[in-house]
Amino acid sequence: MLKDITLGQYFPGDTVAHRLDPRTKLILVFLYIVALFQAKGWVGYGLVLLATVVCMAVSHISPKNIFKGLKPMLFIIALTAALNIFYTQGTPIVEGWIITWEGLERAVKMMLRITLLIAGTFLLTYTTSPMALTDGLELLMNPLKKVHVPVHEITIMMSMALRFIPTLIEETDKIMSAQKARGADFENGSLIQRAKALLPILVPLFVSAFRRADELAVAMESRCYHGGEGRTRMKQLKMAARDWIALALGLLLLAAVIVLKHFGL
Amino acid sequence: MSVITVENLRHTYSAGTPFEKVAIDDISLSIPAGQFVGLLGHTGSGKSTFIQHLNALLQPTSGRVLLDGEDINKDKKTRHDVKWKVGLVFQYPEYQLFEETVFADIAFGPKNMGLKKEEIEERVREAAGFVGVKEELFERSPLELSGGQKRRVAIAGVVAMRPEVLILDEPTAGLDPAGSRKIMNNICRYREQSGATVIIVSHNMDDAARLAERLIVFDHGHVAMDGTPEEVFSRPQELINIGLSVPQSTAIAMALREKGMPLEGSVFTHEQLLKAVAKAKGVALC
Repeated sequence: MLKDITLGQYFPGDTVAHRLDPRTKLILVFLYIVALFQAKGWVGYGLVLLATVVCMAVSHISPKNIFKGLKPMLFIIALTAALNIFYTQGTPIVEGWIITWEGLERAVKMMLRITLLIAGTFLLTYTTSPMALTDGLELLMNPLKKVHVPVHEITIMMSMALRFIPTLIEETDKIMSAQKARGADFENGSLIQRAKALLPILVPLFVSAFRRADELAVAMESRCYHGGEGRTRMKQLKMAARDWIALALGLLLLAAVIVLKHFGL
Repeated sequence: MSVITVENLRHTYSAGTPFEKVAIDDISLSIPAGQFVGLLGHTGSGKSTFIQHLNALLQPTSGRVLLDGEDINKDKKTRHDVKWKVGLVFQYPEYQLFEETVFADIAFGPKNMGLKKEEIEERVREAAGFVGVKEELFERSPLELSGGQKRRVAIAGVVAMRPEVLILDEPTAGLDPAGSRKIMNNICRYREQSGATVIIVSHNMDDAARLAERLIVFDHGHVAMDGTPEEVFSRPQELINIGLSVPQSTAIAMALREKGMPLEGSVFTHEQLLKAVAKAKGVALC
């Protein structure tokens, strides 16, 4: 079913990870990614892995959910690993083989790096609602307003797009059923025939998306929306003690990884 | 003409996940050819799920749907071909219009049936006639039409397949009284002239009472009541308990009875109410 698509899905909860300010979480993910790419030796990787596991435990996100999200990336991970195994010079595992110990090590590290990268960003979207995320982004990008970047407009477009994904999926489902009831066939035929068969879905979908956008614009204007200028919020984002602690821990992780790298660990 | 038989039909959404939900549970009924059936029930009672089983858009979790004694889910071909025999008009069908012209949109169904050009043209004209879409609109874009006209074009798109069973989900939702009356009359005319079975899902109790020969009331995935309008509306309290309304006349009759006026019989049309009141008061109606 179309409804089962997970796209940066949010799992509501009430853990420390959920309560952290979205700005903190965004910066943490940034620090995490930098740390991940700074890690060189096994100790560095181990440290980042440990941090990920701790975050997962704190936010009550089971590894099962992380792995479910990894599935679409499996191909890329496998491909990267394969390339690294076969194209790294060094001492062969068995005399005469193309596979080297160095290649194997790099492949494992690459796989670990991609997996951790995805896991870390998933932790962000799993514990932060799209609304909080865009709010946090807007505040973080606030300085860019000085150079006339339309920060508010960008973030409100983002949150609207996220908001309407489920609606559009539902709509597509409905239109598909209606056209199937008139004998439309989406499963059989050549590629061109199947592409043509999509027309009866796409046209009504676009028509209704435009109608919806129009209605939304009118509804927003009738509630006096006029852009970000002078707009206040019902939920003020406020950094608490836990946010500063989390940021300090994030910086510590990065510092530790860089120091370890210096010693080649 | 076709007889629909439903045996122990059950449908569960998202089976095997935490979101599992039984939409309809153990429904068995039979609808003879040519019957005019009204399907009532509040939102989420399973009526939309039920009608999507009748043309094999949804497959039962368990149970069978038979058309003329043949399982419509027997194989891929019967599942596909049953859509010509059982025409389903969804709620707000105007949102499915997509072709460049009204003619082409009504012709979409017949074209999918693989009919010849002349046959398609004949059917489009016939269907447009049934729903009152004038031929000068044929070359217009369906998007330029008014809401009521769009709705009628969409219904014509299903009628053009000449279904033996026509199912309409809330065909008058969101239309003004004149528009809904027109559509209901068109549906009645289609039924009279083609002899098709018609199943209407409706919230409008007055329409249901006036037109249907049989009412089936859904509640929480079960059939709560099944009978003629007389039988169903003679138990108005049950309908109200389910969360449905009763026709205006029935509501007035209920209030009068409560005040002590001895009204006889089942009352669900204005005429019946008039007659019953006149009889109770001993006045002759002219």
